[in-house]
Amino acid sequence: MIETVIKIWDRYSYVYISGLAGTLCLAVITVLLGTVLGILLAVLRLTKLKPAELFVQFYVWVLRGTPILLQLYFFWIFLPKITGINLSDTFCIIVALIINASAYVAEVIRAGIQAVDRGQTEAARSLGMTSLHTMTRIVFPQAIKNILPALGNEFIVMVKQVSLASVFFVNELTTSYKTVASATFRQVESILIAGLIYLLVTTVLSQALKYAEWRLNQSER
Amino acid sequence: MNANQKSNAEGRQPVIQVEGLKKSFGKLEVLKGITESIYEGEVVSVIGPSGGGKSTFLRCLNLLEQPTGGTIYYRGKNIMDKSVNIDQYRQHLGMVFQGYNVFPHLKVLENITIAPMLEKKVPKAEAEEKALQLLERVGLLDKKDEYPGKLSGGQKQRLAIVRALAMEPEVMLFDEPTSALDPEMVKEVLSVVQDLADSGMTTVIVTHEMGFAREVSDRVFFIADGIIMEKGTPQEIFGAPKNPRTVDFLGKVL
Repeated sequence: MIETVIKIWDRYSYVYISGLAGTLCLAVITVLLGTVLGILLAVLRLTKLKPAELFVQFYVWVLRGTPILLQLYFFWIFLPKITGINLSDTFCIIVALIINASAYVAEVIRAGIQAVDRGQTEAARSLGMTSLHTMTRIVFPQAIKNILPALGNEFIVMVKQVSLASVFFVNELTTSYKTVASATFRQVESILIAGLIYLLVTTVLSQALKYAEWRLNQSER
Repeated sequence: MNANQKSNAEGRQPVIQVEGLKKSFGKLEVLKGITESIYEGEVVSVIGPSGGGKSTFLRCLNLLEQPTGGTIYYRGKNIMDKSVNIDQYRQHLGMVFQGYNVFPHLKVLENITIAPMLEKKVPKAEAEEKALQLLERVGLLDKKDEYPGKLSGGQKQRLAIVRALAMEPEVMLFDEPTSALDPEMVKEVLSVVQDLADSGMTTVIVTHEMGFAREVSDRVFFIADGIIMEKGTPQEIFGAPKNPRTVDFLGKVL
């Protein structure tokens, strides 16, 4: 079997590498744009305007309470219908992934801010600092330490989650396995290769994250 | 400006006056109507059993708690009026907390300069010079470039005090400033408070340090069940308490 694996890798490595590139691209795009959108949602929630707060709560509730695969189908079907434009599958899937990620990121930010001791806000306000300055100069710089590691985790989750896009034959690593398997009729070996690449990437990423977290904690205290 | 703004026996003007101050948390009424004045330059100690409302009283003074009834006047002006800028009002009142609440992500010096620079637009050089003077005054000059995580509890609390002083407040509020400290550090903090009181700063201090309250205060309020049960000079309160609740409380703590 190992021989077959090596043979397949020799012949089809370009398919896997292209798939891996697709996976990483999708993960980076969705996490970055998902974070931007997530920050907007978190800010909306912080305004303490009732309608804004309810909207964000509803948004998070729906996106965290339904399966992501169903959300992908939903956007894949409805986005072209609503816009009336012939959108590519990849585009629809990216939009769906971004929106899904934003709900999680919004929660990560909210939790990160809530984890900062209330006494910090009270101390800042008692000094006469405005609520804006209190948030931007006192609370958020402390919350970021809770938020960044969680965002890193979100990225690792996303690397695995974009495999769902293979359902729609978007170019990424799990789609690569399908391509290679149908060309070679070697299901097990093609899966093994894809799995090993995933493991390699997630292991490197989580070690990098650990190191970054360690650095973050070293800088102060 | 305000007809009911009466000076006290020594001719001092009230800085803060509260009238019928009430505060409820849900159904729990913590303050049941307090009417009292804090006069310029006086040191008031607030004592009483926990849960009696002393901290809530203090926190209402700078609106960290929004009162549910009554009025607060600052130099004759109703500060609960909608037109009052609360952030600016709070600049007149420094507050020191039981849990220090120093800013862990800022160096000691930055802890002190951030509020004056942001809210009073004090130039950086000036704010730092002032901060260094304050640090020297409380013996923390050599810590100016440290993060607060490296400080002891007593040092953190001294930092918190000068951080408040950097805004040049007219009144200092202390909410049990030594309750979280190890016994050997209580003294270093109390001596800073004492210096401040001696310098003529109007001070309200919620405390469990009865010896300190007796020594440093001009007046003592005994708050229990949401009202000021008894008030008077330290000699009156500690020497000859009249209210049975005061007698009972002092009997337990002294």
